[in-house]
Amino acid sequence: MTPAIELRATRRAFGDVVALDSVSLAIAPGEFFALLGPSGSGKTTCLRLIAGFDQPDSGTILLDGEDVTNSPPFARNVNTVFQDYALFPHMTVAENVAYGPRVRGVATADRSRQAHEMLELVRLGEFGARRPHQLSGGQRQRVALARALINRPKVLLLDEPLGALDLKLREEMQAELKGLQQRLGITFVFVTHDQGEALSMADRVAVFSQGRIEQLDTPRELYNRPQTAFVASFVGSANVVERAAAQRLTGNAQAFAIRPELIELLAAGARAPDGCVHCSGEVIDVLYHGASSRLRVLVDEYTTLAVARAETVGGGGSGPAAGATVRLAWRPEHAVPLQG
Amino acid sequence: MAGRAEFSLQGRRSFYFALLLAPPLLWLGIVYLGSLFTLLLQSFYAIDEFTARIVPEFTLATYRQLLTQPAHVDIILRTLLMAVAVTIAAAVISFPVALYMARYAGPRMKALFYVGVMLPMWTSYLVKVYAWRLILAKQGIASWGFEHLGLMGALDKALEVPVVGGPSLASSYLGMFVVFVYMWLPFMILPLAAALERVPASLLQASADLGARPGQTFRNVVLPLALPGLAAGSIFTFSLTLGDYIIPSVVGAPGYFIGMMVYQQQGTAGNLPLAAAFSVVPIVLIGLYLMLARRLGAFDAL
Repeated sequence: MTPAIELRATRRAFGDVVALDSVSLAIAPGEFFALLGPSGSGKTTCLRLIAGFDQPDSGTILLDGEDVTNSPPFARNVNTVFQDYALFPHMTVAENVAYGPRVRGVATADRSRQAHEMLELVRLGEFGARRPHQLSGGQRQRVALARALINRPKVLLLDEPLGALDLKLREEMQAELKGLQQRLGITFVFVTHDQGEALSMADRVAVFSQGRIEQLDTPRELYNRPQTAFVASFVGSANVVERAAAQRLTGNAQAFAIRPELIELLAAGARAPDGCVHCSGEVIDVLYHGASSRLRVLVDEYTTLAVARAETVGGGGSGPAAGATVRLAWRPEHAVPLQG
Repeated sequence: MAGRAEFSLQGRRSFYFALLLAPPLLWLGIVYLGSLFTLLLQSFYAIDEFTARIVPEFTLATYRQLLTQPAHVDIILRTLLMAVAVTIAAAVISFPVALYMARYAGPRMKALFYVGVMLPMWTSYLVKVYAWRLILAKQGIASWGFEHLGLMGALDKALEVPVVGGPSLASSYLGMFVVFVYMWLPFMILPLAAALERVPASLLQASADLGARPGQTFRNVVLPLALPGLAAGSIFTFSLTLGDYIIPSVVGAPGYFIGMMVYQQQGTAGNLPLAAAFSVVPIVLIGLYLMLARRLGAFDAL
């Protein structure tokens, strides 16, 4: 099957800064794909290259098998939902949505009918006559979505689509976006720095760091089998134990990652279960998170491990406090070996 | 107790505000609006034909004189046409310059352009006007340039056009128009560039993303969003042309303009009411212009 989007050895530098360093990836038709990374990691540059707002220094970009590396944005069958929504302030909501058909020469009656349908799709049927500034952030987001979808693009690009929304609205929109993508069957590519968002919505995630893809995998694989220290700490904030520390803790000089919730806090005097790696350390601090607490434990001079401790129902029985000495244990198969 | 403390704090704050606002408000109220209303008042008086003294009785005689004497009506129309022509030309010339400054120039080029646009404003206005008279004179730089470019025929043709032409650029409405456009160009470029700079790049990208070609993006997005800047700039060029009396008296054909009429009537002729009535004309015209601009939606994007 021809990929909906393919990047081949794409490179883009701004002066001395290499924003994207020879990145290759293929996104299948109908896939919900996330570009995840911290700011400056190259994920937005990647999106801008696909949209056509920027051209790569070298490499090829294919849309549906067709080379579009040097095509202008208006010649690509791709539409974008911008981070700031980029709604035209001098047009009504309906005019904004009808903009795509308008510049493509669709007759007035047809395009206003289409615009109304799209507004219905995002549940804003009543708002066509308003101006963008009269809408809330979540409503503007949905207008931007309707405007981008009206051209029936093969690919929808979303640049930090939920970044400007508050938490509750963001969760609602996550579900809504996912549902919309499944109904329309369009390829969605979205950029985010929020690993939770990427894991919960995407079919596959490309984790970017310093202009390169660190790992490209399903959310489940990324979370459970991170390949590099960066992915392990960025996706789900696992403990990363470097080679030297690993040597001291396990006797084996192999860097590994271990999730805080997989480290067991041993009761005083209890024996470590058979086959477990165990060590002791001093609690630096305890952060209460409601369902669980997170302890930071200094296990040797240079290494701290975060440990999640489930809170008991009712909140009774406080665990170890800062300064206490505790013993930790984990099953060796839970430690994920890392490259390098 | 707490209430009283709050009250006194509030009271002191408003006292400081009053102290801060009083000088500018007094200036605006008395020196600015006060003199404007005095002027308006003058226009409703008339001059006694025999004694040449102002009769302080309300009458519309001065306005009747302004609007019925063909010579006066000619002056108003001539000034209005010049102001419209200058405004249109300034807008057409300024747009590409402002667009380049706002969207395409790098930081150095941008600084160069801003300085370049504003530099002429640091020079004496009179020096520039007289310099232009020399530039446009029969044996001046302009005609020398046309001659060396082999365009003398075109210049002669342009000067042969009735009304706008004349014996030389310096003594024709065409020359006057050139000087007006030159003088007011910065007042159009700067607000226009400011308006264009405020248009987020993402709007232009969104337009292209939705399938608009560059020309369509310009018509549908750039131009409408630049309208407030265009309106601001055109208010400058329009009102400055309507009120100016130095350019028409130094460069161009001998026909009178409103500004010259005001100058002459309140000075040598001593007809203050007529001078006042003449100076009301630009105020009314600009008021009408603002209404028209508002009706056309020039301020919608603000």
